[in-house]
Amino acid sequence: MTQQLIHYLLFPGLLFMVIAGGFLSWFDRKITAWVQFRKGPPLLQPLYDFVKLMVKETILPRNASRVTFLLSPIFAATGAIIAGLMILLPAFGVSAGFDGDIIVIFYVLAIPSLSYIIGALSSGNLLASVGASREMKLIIGYELCFLLILAAIILKSGYQLDLAGIVAVQQADGAFIGSVSGVLLFVALMMCIQAKLGMVPFDAAEAETEIASGFLIEYSGPPLAFIKLSKYILILVLPVLVVSLMLGGLNLNGWGIIWAVLKILLVVLLVTLVRNTNPRLTIKQSMRFFFIWMNLLVIAAIVLEYMGL
Amino acid sequence: MDTNFQLPSSDFPQIKKTLGFKEHCFKKSLWLYHFGGASCNNCDIEILDCLTPRYDVERFGMLLIGSVRHADVLLVNGSINTKCRDRLLEIYKQAPRPIVVVAIGACGCTGGIFAEGNTFAGPVDKIIPVDVYIPGCPPKPEAILAGIVNFLNKK
Ligand code: SF4
Repeated sequence: MTQQLIHYLLFPGLLFMVIAGGFLSWFDRKITAWVQFRKGPPLLQPLYDFVKLMVKETILPRNASRVTFLLSPIFAATGAIIAGLMILLPAFGVSAGFDGDIIVIFYVLAIPSLSYIIGALSSGNLLASVGASREMKLIIGYELCFLLILAAIILKSGYQLDLAGIVAVQQADGAFIGSVSGVLLFVALMMCIQAKLGMVPFDAAEAETEIASGFLIEYSGPPLAFIKLSKYILILVLPVLVVSLMLGGLNLNGWGIIWAVLKILLVVLLVTLVRNTNPRLTIKQSMRFFFIWMNLLVIAAIVLEYMGL
Repeated sequence: MDTNFQLPSSDFPQIKKTLGFKEHCFKKSLWLYHFGGASCNNCDIEILDCLTPRYDVERFGMLLIGSVRHADVLLVNGSINTKCRDRLLEIYKQAPRPIVVVAIGACGCTGGIFAEGNTFAGPVDKIIPVDVYIPGCPPKPEAILAGIVNFLNKK
């Protein structure tokens, strides 16, 4: 029991998720700064941001539906934490998960985005509703592609429906990325992750320069801190999911730890580099990108899989 | 204009009262919101200069943000005329407390070359409480950074 509590609350659970996620979000900002020949923020910046937001005043907009407005950031953080536990516990070999957990992960990962939408729509702000509608369209765009990728991976692993099983298959006969279809799936999965994290080029919902932070526009103080918290957690959890699904999982014995850390950093680095070298797409372009090109890519990968490549 | 609104005094002392670590975090993570009044646009350009690789305010944890709800610092530049006075007050009322107000440029501080104009309604400190004045026409980016950093280090 205590063992389990430690797993849920400390290591790979809540505390670890928050600290490692904060570190990765700093890593993302630092790499961004280096790409632009800047110096970048100090290491503790995510902590400073979080504490500062907790000190600030919370403003309730006059037209907002209060309870929904205040609860949705908490739902977002909770969704991110639950998804994190379901992904991290099998990834760190603490528990084996359960049969079919990958399908549950797929649904739980949608909770943060849906909570942002609900919060934005309840704030009664026009720009927030524009942001929410864009976020909704983006979800419609990438979820189908994400589901196809999961189907392809399940097929590749010989119908393993749990994360631990998929990792075990890869550790037995090599990571899935080591094949032609694997490379195609990896590209598509990285694009989905980019959209799930709401990073450029898929940040039309949050566009600071045109709709002033979109769905976040009315949030201030502690609710905004919870939204930041959910983002910190997602930037750790989604790369770990990519590593578990495509790159052979995390092996935490001996030197494997360094290799595991490098794998996660590599995925975050890829996300950061894509975000720094691309302009923002309009929502129509992103939907077309996922609906046509990414879906075609995944379908091609599935066909290649059947041919044994 | 809402005449019942009482001008609050500067609320920076409120942060000073809170505990040391929180104050430290506040100073290390200032998010800037830029209000351009009726300026000649030079001050706006100098503010944007602070974000370029050469000056890089992000190394102090400062970020330029798009919504006043997220702001910790309100940068006000340009002369305030009868049109933008109400908007400035509205923006100030919408910002979450505590907020630091910085008046940038001769126009923001005193009215500068626009002080004699017949639509002039400023300077900024007649409308909202100002914490930092950064004079200059326009002030250099170094001066803007030095102004904010000095203010925060003031005991
Ligand atoms: S202070 Fe000078 S540079 Fe700045 S807005 Fe006024 S006139 Fe322009």
